[in-house]
Amino acid sequence: MTLRARLVVNRPAFTLDLDLHVAAGEVVALLGPNGAGKTTALRALAGLTRMSGGQISLRGRPLHTLPAESRPIGMVFQDYLLFPHLSALDNVAFGPRCQGVSKAESRRAAAALLERVGLAGRASARPAQLSGGQAQRVALARALAVRPELLLLDEPLAALDAHTRLEVRSRLRRHLADFDGATVLVTHDPLDAMVLADRLIVIEHGAIVQQGAPAEVARRPRTDYVARLVGLNLYRGTADGGRVKVGELLLHTCEQFDGPAFVAFPPAAVALYRSRPDGSPRNLWRATIDGIERHGDNVRVHLDGPVTAFADITPAAVADLDLTPGQRIWASVKATETHAYPA
Amino acid sequence: MSSSAPERLDLPGPRREVSGRLPWMLVLPAVAGLVFLVLPLAGLLIRAPWPTLLERLAEPQVLEALRLSLVSATVATVVCLLLGVPLAWLLARVEFPGRRLVRALVTVPLVLPPVVGGVALLLVLGRRGLVGQWLEASFGITLPFTTAGVIVAEAFVAMPFLVISVEGALRGADRRFEEAAATLGASRWTVFRRVTLPMVMPGVVAGAVLCWARALGEFGATITFAGNFPGTTRTMPLAVYLALETEPEAAIVLSLVLLAVSVVILASLRDRWVSAP
Amino acid sequence: MVFRLSRWAVALPVALALGLSGCGSGATSPASEAASGGDAKEVTVFAAASLTGTFTELGKAFEAAHPGTTVRFNFGSSATLAQQLVQGAPADVFAAASPATMKTVTDAALAGAPVTFVRNKLRIAVPADNPAQVDELKDLADPEVKVALCAEQVPCGAAAARALAAAGLKVTPVTLEQDVKATLTKVRLGEVDAALVYATDVIASDGKVTGIEFPEADQAINDYPIATLAKAPAGEAARQFVDLVLSRQGRDVLTEAGFEAP
Repeated sequence: MTLRARLVVNRPAFTLDLDLHVAAGEVVALLGPNGAGKTTALRALAGLTRMSGGQISLRGRPLHTLPAESRPIGMVFQDYLLFPHLSALDNVAFGPRCQGVSKAESRRAAAALLERVGLAGRASARPAQLSGGQAQRVALARALAVRPELLLLDEPLAALDAHTRLEVRSRLRRHLADFDGATVLVTHDPLDAMVLADRLIVIEHGAIVQQGAPAEVARRPRTDYVARLVGLNLYRGTADGGRVKVGELLLHTCEQFDGPAFVAFPPAAVALYRSRPDGSPRNLWRATIDGIERHGDNVRVHLDGPVTAFADITPAAVADLDLTPGQRIWASVKATETHAYPA
Repeated sequence: MSSSAPERLDLPGPRREVSGRLPWMLVLPAVAGLVFLVLPLAGLLIRAPWPTLLERLAEPQVLEALRLSLVSATVATVVCLLLGVPLAWLLARVEFPGRRLVRALVTVPLVLPPVVGGVALLLVLGRRGLVGQWLEASFGITLPFTTAGVIVAEAFVAMPFLVISVEGALRGADRRFEEAAATLGASRWTVFRRVTLPMVMPGVVAGAVLCWARALGEFGATITFAGNFPGTTRTMPLAVYLALETEPEAAIVLSLVLLAVSVVILASLRDRWVSAP
Repeated sequence: MVFRLSRWAVALPVALALGLSGCGSGATSPASEAASGGDAKEVTVFAAASLTGTFTELGKAFEAAHPGTTVRFNFGSSATLAQQLVQGAPADVFAAASPATMKTVTDAALAGAPVTFVRNKLRIAVPADNPAQVDELKDLADPEVKVALCAEQVPCGAAAARALAAAGLKVTPVTLEQDVKATLTKVRLGEVDAALVYATDVIASDGKVTGIEFPEADQAINDYPIATLAKAPAGEAARQFVDLVLSRQGRDVLTEAGFEAP
């Protein structure tokens, strides 16, 4: 394990307290809503925010006792913070120069890095002349130029427009895969996290609420926040064999176990009927339409009732069913579409 | 500085709208203010003894005073930069008890009548002053009645302009760039030298220009602390004042020289820094 | 103004006699005007800086003798004051530290015939401990001795130049000060070893500075002329103030301060 940290930062609004372990070559994403403490955690790792307690060790050496400039880290900031008075090349050469490398050698290393991120032709450009995506790559090159053992990225894609983001994301993924140190990145975008990270750590109110491989987190969310991020309806209840009791509703599932449980199913698995359907699927309940909105190519219907749920249906179905808010309706989900797991 | 040409092209609409109508509530006082500032200069120009102007300018005392003024104001500005920029950094970046008081003290030379400033300098750096006594005994250095004394007096009076300007620039600068530099391994000194200073450079230049202009016009503290002797301590303002006692025309000529030189230098500096990328 | 004059009819004949000019100030109360028989005004005196102490004292005496009249002073370098008068500064009396500065004003036909009321002699001023052991004028020519003189453009500097020329001495000062008080300050603070200033300035320094008489001073006596100004708003009161300065009482105050009778 390369990075082992317990970060404790007391803030008036909340206390951040989390354990963080990152292996060499591993990319860990800290995911969480705004104000959860993700950036604070990253700044504590970098030495930019004083910790109230805890410790950080990198390859067995203590890091928390060192000032920011002595930590073997590279950091990419949310809006990159490229030095506006230096060219792209000198921005990248800045770190090596600070480490005592000669000017010529620093520039050679910087030029090589710029080439690696595909910006050899923009070496003499000032940051103001770079596009958002180019600036992001220069920022990454600058962080990598100090040969860090720990790479920190704060919302690396947040400042980009949707189109650029797609391209920069895949490039960044390749660069992170090449990096052999530990990487911690902060994001509030689940897609960034899923694509870039080997492991997700979800933070809410300064504490870890869930962590695991992206697929695992996406399949088995454990908080409403994560469920919303990954687009699942999530309920907490009590399992009794193949059934989970959620409030007054009894949901049939395929999994067999007892005790506290989560049940999750995608909105697309919910079917709606104006009148009680024939054949009576086992998971059927009476709901009230709380709202209807466009969701991609489909329509998302907000349902109120014994459980609140989202249902995604086609526009044609909306027309056929003649749905209006406030309307009473039948909702069902097949047992095979649900996924239950211990809480 | 950060607004580059492509960004400007993105926003042609709003800019043009804003410049549509001139608000007379602003324009009238602005013009009145300009007239108020420029009219006395016009007075000098109109009353200048043009027929004898060249003859008066060619007098060696005039050139001597001018040279002394330019040299001492420039050296005083350099002294202010060397001491004032770090002081501004201290006030803007380091938390220490009594910082508000220190900040107020820095502006003292602004409110102190310069003559009093000169007396205060004599009490400290004069031949029998608290520090001056020791300077003379240990190193044989006396500041009063020397060009070095002129520089000390000018620096004393002019430094607050630099400190205030640079401190303002430092407070306005985005500190996250300094953090970014720290994560790249830069020591605090390197951060200051390679990131902070270049980013606040417009503020430093503006402060230095103000500082230089104030030093160039300095009269009270100079004549009190450094005295008045041709060639060593008689700067242009002192020459102007003495000429006024007997020959107002000569005073006008000297003032015009001072004016012309400062306008040329300030205007060229300004152009250079405003048009810089 | 008409309204006031009609209410205070007593004051009318006097006011007319004075050319109505005094009412312009309007600063005095009707009560004091009545008490002093209408002789109520403000006398503005421009006087050389070296007269600060003595004229302030005489001003108080004048106000005591003429209730309701106030005396306002503007002390400064004689040359500066003369310039201000030429540029139209309103004043009643001008007392200068040299005939030359007075001449600027009389040449502009702004003042009546000036009268010399006192003379001031130069002294060598040295710090109380006299570090350079100066005791006569020729000691000032020693390059080791730091000397401050007034600039030749101001009266004390012109007088110093005359005295040194009379003695046939060449003195290189370290500074040429813009007025005599500034010169004296340099001695008081010990920045120079000696200076040439007026006897009155030495006396006014309360023992912080020692004055040394020297014979050549007689070659450079400075006459102080006084004159009422042609357009004196205070009219008669201005003449009364000049009379006070020239009176026995005035002379006593002035000689006490180190001036000599003309």
